[in-house]
Amino acid sequence: MTGFFSSGPVHVALGAGAAAAVVSGVVGVFVVLRGQSFAGHALGDLGTLGGSGAFLANVNPLWGFVGVGAVVAGAMELFGVQRRRGRDVATGVVLGAALGVSALLLYLDTTTTSTAGATVTVLFGSLFSASPSSVPEMAGLAAAGVAVVAALYRPLLLSSVHPELASVRGVPVRLVALGFLVLVGVTVALTSMVVGTILSPALLVGPAAGALRVSRRPPVAMAVAAALGLAATWAGVVLSYLSDRWPPSHAGWPVSFFVVACVFVTYLAADLPGAIRRRRARRGPCSPG
Amino acid sequence: MTSGPGAVGQGTEGPAPVLRLQGVSVSFGARPVLEDVSFSVAPGEFVGIIGANGAGKTTLFRAVLGLLAPDAGTVSRPRRRIGYVPQRVSIEPDTPLRARDLVALGIDGERFGVRLPSRSRRQRVAEMLDAVGASSFADARVGTLSGGELQRVLIAHALVGEPSLLVMDEPLANLDIKSGHEIVELVARLTTARSLAVLLSAHDLNALLPHMDRVVYLAEGRAVSGTTGEVVRSDVLSRLYRYPVRVLEVDGSVLIVGGHDVRVR
Amino acid sequence: MAHAWVVGTIVGVVAGVVGFFVVLRGASFVAHAVPLSSFAGAAGAGLLGIDAVAGLAVVAPLAALSIGWLGRRRRSDVVTALVVAVLLGLGSLFLAWSNEYAAEVYGLLFGDILGVGTGQIWLSVALGAAGLAGVAAVYRPLLLSSVAPEPAASRGVRGGLVEVLFLLLVSLVTAMSVPVVGALLMFALMVGPPAAARSLARSPARAMALGAGIALVTVWTSIAASYLTTWPIGFFVGVTAAALFGAARAWTALRG
Repeated sequence: MTGFFSSGPVHVALGAGAAAAVVSGVVGVFVVLRGQSFAGHALGDLGTLGGSGAFLANVNPLWGFVGVGAVVAGAMELFGVQRRRGRDVATGVVLGAALGVSALLLYLDTTTTSTAGATVTVLFGSLFSASPSSVPEMAGLAAAGVAVVAALYRPLLLSSVHPELASVRGVPVRLVALGFLVLVGVTVALTSMVVGTILSPALLVGPAAGALRVSRRPPVAMAVAAALGLAATWAGVVLSYLSDRWPPSHAGWPVSFFVVACVFVTYLAADLPGAIRRRRARRGPCSPG
Repeated sequence: MTSGPGAVGQGTEGPAPVLRLQGVSVSFGARPVLEDVSFSVAPGEFVGIIGANGAGKTTLFRAVLGLLAPDAGTVSRPRRRIGYVPQRVSIEPDTPLRARDLVALGIDGERFGVRLPSRSRRQRVAEMLDAVGASSFADARVGTLSGGELQRVLIAHALVGEPSLLVMDEPLANLDIKSGHEIVELVARLTTARSLAVLLSAHDLNALLPHMDRVVYLAEGRAVSGTTGEVVRSDVLSRLYRYPVRVLEVDGSVLIVGGHDVRVR
Repeated sequence: MAHAWVVGTIVGVVAGVVGFFVVLRGASFVAHAVPLSSFAGAAGAGLLGIDAVAGLAVVAPLAALSIGWLGRRRRSDVVTALVVAVLLGLGSLFLAWSNEYAAEVYGLLFGDILGVGTGQIWLSVALGAAGLAGVAAVYRPLLLSSVAPEPAASRGVRGGLVEVLFLLLVSLVTAMSVPVVGALLMFALMVGPPAAARSLARSPARAMALGAGIALVTVWTSIAASYLTTWPIGFFVGVTAAALFGAARAWTALRG
């Protein structure tokens, strides 16, 4: 285990992973409150578009992810409908089109530059092969993300919980929604670098949903979500490092698998106190009177 | 004359009731929502359930419909199905379902298996739509109908299956006075023609007065039932609400006032 | 070449028909999640050396039913996102263990019309027939409880049972379509065409038929275009479905 703490790639993984987990937890609380998990997932998938485009253009994938994430989020909100169901369909259709385009880009990519496995890399992430410079980059983006949530906190909270009341109070609800979705796009792009575009929604909504079971107050939930996400990510890094010794290939299990597994387990565990309480209430003695 | 909560007057001995509740109690956790509620609905009777929000009406209906098992007491339901009209049905405007289609689902919408369209079906649906006055918008999407129009379609949906009991949850809640009266008229007319029993809830009993055979007053989970003459009295309601209540009659309508300076006769 | 047309036709019809209910129930995310999750099954099958479809057929219903079961007491959109992520994580694990070629993975994700064999045709016919029979059998209760859950419940329609049957139908469409259209883009057939049909047709029967028709047009043009350009079929499916949806919306807006 001493090798673990002195390993350069591990430091990068822990640092970049921490930044991703913290900002995901904070932003994720609002994603869950607003019922926008599909949008979060879709933006993750759309990050593939940016990532594969970046590969083609030989640009640092991070900027491909972030740029596309922001632009597409803006398009989704503008294109989107007020009603939740209409939004669902619009999200699905836009997602389908964007994924189709990424299919094409990846295809052109494998045939023109023959980077076999580009698909796998873009989709499943490569935390252990992230470059050291990505740690300060991500820390910066994470800090910016948290700052934006703090700045938008009250209008965001009000328009998430009570949109009509918010607009009566003068909150520019659509503008806030647009700004928030762009923030989600950027956040998802960030975490995509950690666990891959398909798996980053788990980091976004899992810890946040679990935290909301623990406390309904957003500031507390955000802190708990960040903590849970951080714990899951670091646990994932440790397990992946240890798995170097494990069968079947003795080359290590993918870190993304471990992170997602930890997130899922903590999400289910967050439910346990409530489930136990419910069981007791059903089986308990008759209430007096 | 009154003997505590429950039936104030005994119904006449006659054919078996379509619906009977005896000693029904429901609690959510430690909170009692319905306490020892008993009443029955005879065939063809029009029974109103009067109570404010939070009095337990929704829970009562869920128990009546069999969606909820009471913690105590029994609910005997009719053998034939119950036609149910909920308070609110939210349907997206672009949902591809016409009024006609929703009513057709009322015939046998719960059955699995294939059913080929038939003329007799179409006839039945058309007649029902006509009876509720919905023919002019029969081919409109249900999601685009107004509150009153949707109400009529839902009534048609409930009645086309030939139930023995029609249950309506707060049909007047979202309607203006005129539309509300029209709906109650419609329901009374349709159910009398079909000798159908009706159980209908409202906040205020005045719209139902001309048609109600019996009334059930619900307050804080407790109930009192009987004819309006037996139940809508100052002493009975004061006992039910555990609060001084005075019942006044104004031009054939009933006014209920409460407060500590009210003298209860 | 004929193989792809036959299978594609069956896929288009069944996806369009089941998609009617996907859009009606607001289940676009689930329709996206189930095929994507089933990717783990295909990867696992590759690891075990058996046919990918077998893996799909096992994992797709598992994924769908877990989303349904977990979603009973929890926010369903969060549950869907997590189930997808866990299964994709498993898929990545299996991939890492099995040294599958990138091309195979790519084909599973984005579709592979050249890989449609004779066996695939019989399988599609069987699954397609089962799917259509299934829809016919649950049509009324599924329609009623999707539109008006309370009146449906009062008639004895068990919402939980209907939900399970719906999820199984989605799994079935997944198993037959993923090998051809791909795990990532299969859902586009279940969302775009029915959503387009919805604004154009008023009655459920017509909307379902029109949805299947639009899905067919999507599949056929995609197969043709994919053959002509050698570009992946998934690209054409995604883009065509979106274009047709947009056109239907524009038409409705201009007309109404």
